[in-house]
Amino acid sequence: MTDLTEGHVPSVIPGVRSEAARRAAVLGLPTRFTQRAGNVGGVGESVPRPDGVLKVTGEFAYSSDLWHEHMLWGHLLRSTTAHAEILSVDVSEALATPGVHAVLTYDDLPAEVRHYGLEIQDTPVLAHRRIRHHGEPIAAVAADHPEIARRAAEKIKVEYRELPVLTDEKSATAPDATVLHEDRTDHHAPHVPHPNVVHRQPIVRGDVERAAARADFVVRGEYEFGMQDQAFLGTESGMAVPAEDGGVDLYVATQWLHADRRQIAPVLGLPEEKVRMTLAGVGGAFGGREDLSMQIHACLLALRTGRPVKMVYNRYESFFGHVHRHPARLVYEHGATKDGRLTHVRARIVLDGGAYASSSPAVVGNAASLSVGPYEVDAVEVEALALYTNNPPCGAMRGFGAVQACFAYEAQMDRLADAVGMDRVDFRRLNAMSQGSVMPTGQVVDSPAPVAELLHRVRELPLPAERPWESGGGGVDVRALPGGLSNTSHGEGVVRGVGYAVGIKNVGFSEGFDDYSTARVRLEAAGGEAVASVHTAMAEVGQGGVTVHAQIARTELGVTGVTVRPADTRVGSAGSTSASRQTYVTGGAVKRACELVRERVLELGRARFGAAQPGWSSEGLRLEGGKVVAGDGTVLAGLAEILGDEAVEVETEWRHRPTEPFDRVTGQGDGHVQYSFAAHRAVVDVDVELGLVKVVELACAQDVGKAVNPLAVVGQIQGGSTQGLGVALMEEIVVDRTTGLVRNPSFTDYLIPTILDTPPMPVEVLELADDNAPYGLRGVGEAPTLSSTPAILAAVRAATGLDLRRTPVRPEHLTGG
Amino acid sequence: MMRVRLTVNGRPREADDVWEGESLLYVLRERMGLPGSKNACEQGECGSCTVRLDGVPVCACLVAAGQAEGREVVTVEGLAPEGELSAVQKAFIDAGAVQCGFCTPGLLVAADELLDREPKPADADIREALSGNLCRCTGYEKIMDAVRLAAARRSAEPEGDRA
Amino acid sequence: MEFLRPASWEEALAVKAEHPDAVPLAGGTDVMVELNFGHRRPERLLDLGRITELGEWESDGPAVRLGASVPYTRIMEALRSELPGLALAAHTVASPQIRNRGGVGGNLGTASPAGDAHPALLASGAEVEAVSTRGTRLIPIDDFYLGPKRNALAPDELIRAVRVRRAGGPQQFAKVGTRNAMVIAVCAFGLALHPESRTVRTGIGSAAPTPVRAREAEEFLTGVLEEERCWDTGRPPPPSAARRFADLCSAACSPIDDVRGTAAYRRRAVGVLARRTLGWAWQEHRGSARVTEGAA
Repeated sequence: MTDLTEGHVPSVIPGVRSEAARRAAVLGLPTRFTQRAGNVGGVGESVPRPDGVLKVTGEFAYSSDLWHEHMLWGHLLRSTTAHAEILSVDVSEALATPGVHAVLTYDDLPAEVRHYGLEIQDTPVLAHRRIRHHGEPIAAVAADHPEIARRAAEKIKVEYRELPVLTDEKSATAPDATVLHEDRTDHHAPHVPHPNVVHRQPIVRGDVERAAARADFVVRGEYEFGMQDQAFLGTESGMAVPAEDGGVDLYVATQWLHADRRQIAPVLGLPEEKVRMTLAGVGGAFGGREDLSMQIHACLLALRTGRPVKMVYNRYESFFGHVHRHPARLVYEHGATKDGRLTHVRARIVLDGGAYASSSPAVVGNAASLSVGPYEVDAVEVEALALYTNNPPCGAMRGFGAVQACFAYEAQMDRLADAVGMDRVDFRRLNAMSQGSVMPTGQVVDSPAPVAELLHRVRELPLPAERPWESGGGGVDVRALPGGLSNTSHGEGVVRGVGYAVGIKNVGFSEGFDDYSTARVRLEAAGGEAVASVHTAMAEVGQGGVTVHAQIARTELGVTGVTVRPADTRVGSAGSTSASRQTYVTGGAVKRACELVRERVLELGRARFGAAQPGWSSEGLRLEGGKVVAGDGTVLAGLAEILGDEAVEVETEWRHRPTEPFDRVTGQGDGHVQYSFAAHRAVVDVDVELGLVKVVELACAQDVGKAVNPLAVVGQIQGGSTQGLGVALMEEIVVDRTTGLVRNPSFTDYLIPTILDTPPMPVEVLELADDNAPYGLRGVGEAPTLSSTPAILAAVRAATGLDLRRTPVRPEHLTGG
Repeated sequence: MMRVRLTVNGRPREADDVWEGESLLYVLRERMGLPGSKNACEQGECGSCTVRLDGVPVCACLVAAGQAEGREVVTVEGLAPEGELSAVQKAFIDAGAVQCGFCTPGLLVAADELLDREPKPADADIREALSGNLCRCTGYEKIMDAVRLAAARRSAEPEGDRA
Repeated sequence: MEFLRPASWEEALAVKAEHPDAVPLAGGTDVMVELNFGHRRPERLLDLGRITELGEWESDGPAVRLGASVPYTRIMEALRSELPGLALAAHTVASPQIRNRGGVGGNLGTASPAGDAHPALLASGAEVEAVSTRGTRLIPIDDFYLGPKRNALAPDELIRAVRVRRAGGPQQFAKVGTRNAMVIAVCAFGLALHPESRTVRTGIGSAAPTPVRAREAEEFLTGVLEEERCWDTGRPPPPSAARRFADLCSAACSPIDDVRGTAAYRRRAVGVLARRTLGWAWQEHRGSARVTEGAA
């Protein structure tokens, strides 16, 4: 078997000074995860993570842990203003600083291509003449020590001429508004109402006028969703190592190696094959690593200096180093008849995309197509759009456009249920979509859609005890109260509330995108036993894809020993670790590659043993326990015996069924691959005098089609629910409306939930197979992030009686102060 | 620049050319080849760099390297002998408490110290002890499970057998 | 940058006298953040970590002489009965890891209006022991805070200890943050009943340019307790008086709008905390306090 520590990898670490560092670098960089689990560990089992031991011993090397002899530290100078013309950049003093090896600006870029972007190449690698948002990179420094690099960057003199900032729809789309990207050539440009609109997607279905006339009750509301940050714990980081062939080896934490390379290589003026990428350990992603961060800068500095360059953003810089979840303003009108049937929905969703496009167009498509939620409505009129402004760029984050919509439509559903006079859950269940329902896009939901059942499940769970802070004998445990350790209440002012919500999320890339993955699977005999190895470029960001790949190989190939090889660009693209798609798509590719390997093994077996054993020509041969077994249970041969010295290796691409773009005018089209659904029930205690909230319990029910790894599935659901809790109660990047400057880029003031903010989260998992998907599975990661937020908001509304229209809800929103 | 000597995971170590403003975290990670302690915020707001300094859990990012001179430091790399796993380490894997794993080293050091102090912690005690450690992946439920599991396993083991 | 490591208190004072610009470093929970992010690059760091007496406390007549570096964890564990208000405040400081390092000297040295110890010190009554080679000054806590992150220390002085009056009655502390742990105060309130002098003292954090006392509220409540003979009867002050006390506490604030909260909210919340802490403290005074867990 190939030893993965061979090849070009050791060249990264020969200079590691200490034995421990060498060990960490060798183990953690491209490492292989081999697991033996008896004849178990296949699909459907809670197999432990193959990288678990490395992660609990501290040996797993994240992108910030890499070390190389003679390496330099890269650092960026970023803008201190949100919108300005750059009059001059003087780097002379920085360059003259001892210990500084390079200072690069736009003028130093080596190729014609100087911009990048996921869909629209509108983002300058280093700012050129114009600053469009706070924290935009202007210059890159390489130095011997990070502190030297920081100090040198401070010596760079930038002269600005400040320009008026565009911070909202009104300022961005005013007829005389400054155009943020002149001479747009992207394919959305001809169809937008204003050059500061990135993309606009309408959805029109049915006769809304007529349907509205039938409505006995109509509710209208305007909602606001704050800017959320992914706040992954491992900041943007990696190392670029210049290679002798003029290329570069890049070790980095990302979500999609091949998409990175497609954007990096042209800026470096290199062919793609000279940009070799290996996934370093990723400390969480949640969408925030879909766009490039330090990749190009590190490569430029490495190529300029001829030395390895390490870059690690600190937490402050990380807030400027990746896109955020789009803040949104949403206006909804819902109508219902007096027997509680939805008549129509009108919606207008304005997403703030910030200074650059990132994945805004796709977020718009999601927000529009999923804007109504998991409900049956015949008449729909929706407009969703994303703006260019001088706010921080926004793009992918877990839930991707569906989150903002769900917050608003679920608030509407509660209000409409109240208007009709129905129980809120009953009202939802009455209007819930099911298999065969038609989306506002005209797409038929052709696999299970157990929306009513999910709501039923969370409602039926026992409610948590009242007054949990009363610890017997008249005692009080403040940790169970709103305010927690801060000792703000001993029960005074505390009111309980319960809220429900349900959501719909698409799985996989949509709107006609060629969404495929590649897997290479190898089967060979080692030590008298057949072992498999799986090689894909899938970014393991914590979700457990590596675990799942090994499980699939065990199930398909009947082996126990499976090695998951490190993700790199030596194998074809796996697509992005986003859109809840990797278990589906790369899992599908691994499954398909295994099937092809199995066919080849059976061919080999037939060739070797078929003549002597008639069983070989029977139907239904399977690979099990390291052997080929006939349909009647007869063991035909051991895999090792069949393989001998031969290895069977297959690399194959696999794609899910195609989707199609949404019509630009009507939004009609089979745009999505699969839908996934989750429902939440939130129970909160609110200190109504202080506006502090303690979530007491957050129950979730989700249909996952097939729980490939039940433990990991529950982990995804609880993690996603908690991110929804965060944006319900505390998480928001605050941007000054007059200056466009970010006011809280730190973990001191951008708060994410602690273990004392996060309640018990009972989870009900349904497994209703989607026959189109591998093993019937349904993407899991995002759906729980949707309904968590509106369920908590509904619970807070129930406790306070307030009509809350914005998230996150802050204490002063609850006290009127 | 200065030299710093300290004991890390039971072994005397030293680092040269340390900048006076450097943190213990930087010295461990970049000068001693012990990157297990993580650098998520460098402002004491996430706990991912938690180490024990003379037995006490602290954020290594907020200890100046020079302050660690002559002191004893235990990092995640020192929780168990080479090739073995401690009860908390094992429990984190078994309970599914590890996803991206970036918070894991700090949580392990904090949880290990809690169980040394309080072998049978109530849930509220676990939450309080771990309230300085942020996790962005798990929602903490599996972390709670892991600490409960480790506590149960540790109390089932004879005293001397603990890793 | 120089890293100075005095082995004794006298040596530390000598260094500070020679280099008044040297930045004292103890728990590191403020200074190291500034260094890590390049917000501050002092010429000299003065590590006080080797001076053992800074981490100790002792009885000093009616006060506890609390070393500047006694970690908050020790305060909340060991000084709960002697300094209950400060012990409660200590428990709300940041995270367990920070409480294991940080001490009151750091809060005083930084003099941020959001420091958690300040309201408790103001309410109990305390003196800051500021020492230089020129001698020792005892600065009353009421005179210590001069402005946002400005205090009454002279450039050559170091904080040796804070002498906190030992509690003669119930004390309370409560702080509002937008998270249930590890959070900087949006506002905070400390209250101490002093039955021996039949007075009440308060402290407000994060709701003015400096930590402040609500003096008018204190005087009002002290008067009410006297008039209503509450000290003698054990009866709580009438609800209308409690409300008035809360209003006066709110009025003592001069808060700002910032990213953590609005001025109006801070003013309102301080009133709520004042009313509640008064209720708890009086309940305890009457000997019928409920046991609280988690709080100190």
